[in-house]
Amino acid sequence: MATEFTVPDAGAKTAAASQEFETEKMSLAMGPSHPSTHGVLRLQLELDGETVTNCDPVLGYLHRGDEKIAENMTYNQFVPYTDRLDYLAPLANNAAYAAAVEQLADIKIPERVQAIRVITSEMARVSSHLMGLGAYGIDVGAWSVFLYTFTEREKLYTLFEELTGARFTTSYSRIGGVSRDVPEGWNERVLEFCDQFLPILDEILKLLTRNKIFMDRTVDVGIISAEDAIGYGLSGPNLRGSGVKSDLRKDRPYWGYEQYEFDVPVGSKGDCYDRYLCRGEEMKQSVRIIRQAIAKFPAGDYYAKDAVRIFAPKKDKVMTSMEELINNFMIVTEGPQMPAGEVYFEAENPKGTLGFFIVSKGGGVPWRLKIRGPSFCNLSILPKVCQDELVSDVVSILGSLDFVMGECDR
Amino acid sequence: MSDTVAAEPVADLLAKFSEATPRESLDHPAVNVPMKDAVAVLQWLRDEQSYDFLVDVTGIDWSETTSPRFTAVWHLFSTTKHTYIRIAADCTDDANPSAPTATGLFPAADWHERETFDLMGITFEGHPDLRRILMWDGYPHHPLRKEFPLAGIETELPDIEVADETQAKVISAPMMGGPFVASNKGEMNLTDAEPRAKDESWNEAKPKPE
Repeated sequence: MATEFTVPDAGAKTAAASQEFETEKMSLAMGPSHPSTHGVLRLQLELDGETVTNCDPVLGYLHRGDEKIAENMTYNQFVPYTDRLDYLAPLANNAAYAAAVEQLADIKIPERVQAIRVITSEMARVSSHLMGLGAYGIDVGAWSVFLYTFTEREKLYTLFEELTGARFTTSYSRIGGVSRDVPEGWNERVLEFCDQFLPILDEILKLLTRNKIFMDRTVDVGIISAEDAIGYGLSGPNLRGSGVKSDLRKDRPYWGYEQYEFDVPVGSKGDCYDRYLCRGEEMKQSVRIIRQAIAKFPAGDYYAKDAVRIFAPKKDKVMTSMEELINNFMIVTEGPQMPAGEVYFEAENPKGTLGFFIVSKGGGVPWRLKIRGPSFCNLSILPKVCQDELVSDVVSILGSLDFVMGECDR
Repeated sequence: MSDTVAAEPVADLLAKFSEATPRESLDHPAVNVPMKDAVAVLQWLRDEQSYDFLVDVTGIDWSETTSPRFTAVWHLFSTTKHTYIRIAADCTDDANPSAPTATGLFPAADWHERETFDLMGITFEGHPDLRRILMWDGYPHHPLRKEFPLAGIETELPDIEVADETQAKVISAPMMGGPFVASNKGEMNLTDAEPRAKDESWNEAKPKPE
């Protein structure tokens, strides 16, 4: 099949050659195990030389049927499954899911829980962006960035471990509260982390921001216009990188985000470089929020009093009080009793807006639970944005979208 | 917790589309529309009411014995007004549910509709490329339908060559001691509250029956 070359600066010589020789497009499977696909994504590329003429993402390698599983277990039992959506920010996922069910049950959580959720979600954001940034560095050939970001992420994981007992899949939030209160002196250690983190973050960003090689790989590559970003349902830093000032923490504040002062960085061009800059700045803003939340850390309970029929009672109470034992038994066997109805809640997670649509017919099990994974929507623009790009730029675009397949395939 | 700000478009919508009815919702404004009006409603919301962001398209299966069995649901968000609206439309045909595509209005609908088709089996009429997205091409079931068991159904491997060579199949998940499965009944029922697919007919001492 004779085709025209669309390589930039293709001279008359190439044009003559293409008439003389028969050329054909090449089909290339990039992934599912390719280092730049950050998991198991397959891009079925059609190439004309080095130019991508068609890109067909193939998903589903990590599909576990989370929505089906949710229909078969109680609301409380599903919390650990939310860890495995965006497994780089489980703390934020748990809290978003809990908030969705709280909206269904119409529970108002105490201010202390709100503050804990804000702090942990922002820490999750920092850790997720650090991972994304480090991996992006590797994708475009800057190895050392990864080593610095991983060191910082490790410090965060030590704090997570101290708070939740787990480093990776934390399952920390519960419907109506959190699984345990903040340990003694933990907040101070978070502040210590923040103090030493900001100078290091500047250093990390300095490695990339004015780096000639990095800029060559990212500036004017993978440009997404604001209309496209909205049209394709992009969210998080990918949407803001295209210049759309949309952040649910500002637009529809939850967990008392309205009381914290922070800026929402937006890009001007919508290229890979803008998305990188947005993530860098978001980490600084997250630190700002963490500091404010700890400065006015409210006293009180770590669970809502009116969630008594949802939130499992304390173990020592179960062992000593008949009432609490019965309550615990009912919560475990029947699940927390919810009203019938439909709710939709979205939280601004590191990767974008993670949404839960719950259809309840009453009882302890959701009738339908739909998870809107931001990475799924963020990836849906790939066929458009990879069109007519070079293969090497596809790697750069993938890294800049910072997706995670656990949440995309669910 | 309903939004008072967003109550206006609902009133306008009900006035403009005579067959639309308010839908019960615990949070955001929600409207039931007939399936034939669905795309017109979405377009009106996008063009006239600045609901420019398609958040989600999904389906609900109300069980095999219910009619209408399937409902398609759209969630829209306004990036200027910062409110959500939920549009729901019942599928008229229970055996072969279908809905009109919104890909002409929102490019985001493409993958959401493919996913709903894949998992729920709702066909989106006019979709340019309605293939499965999470399950593989040629998979015979729609897993989110209520009659589909949690453990899965034994099917052929997607790759015929590998299947021929290995004689392997995609088997249903062993559920013994598996996830603690509860049921959506509401009343206390210990048999249902225990793992539903629990199979104790074989163990270490007694071999698995063929």
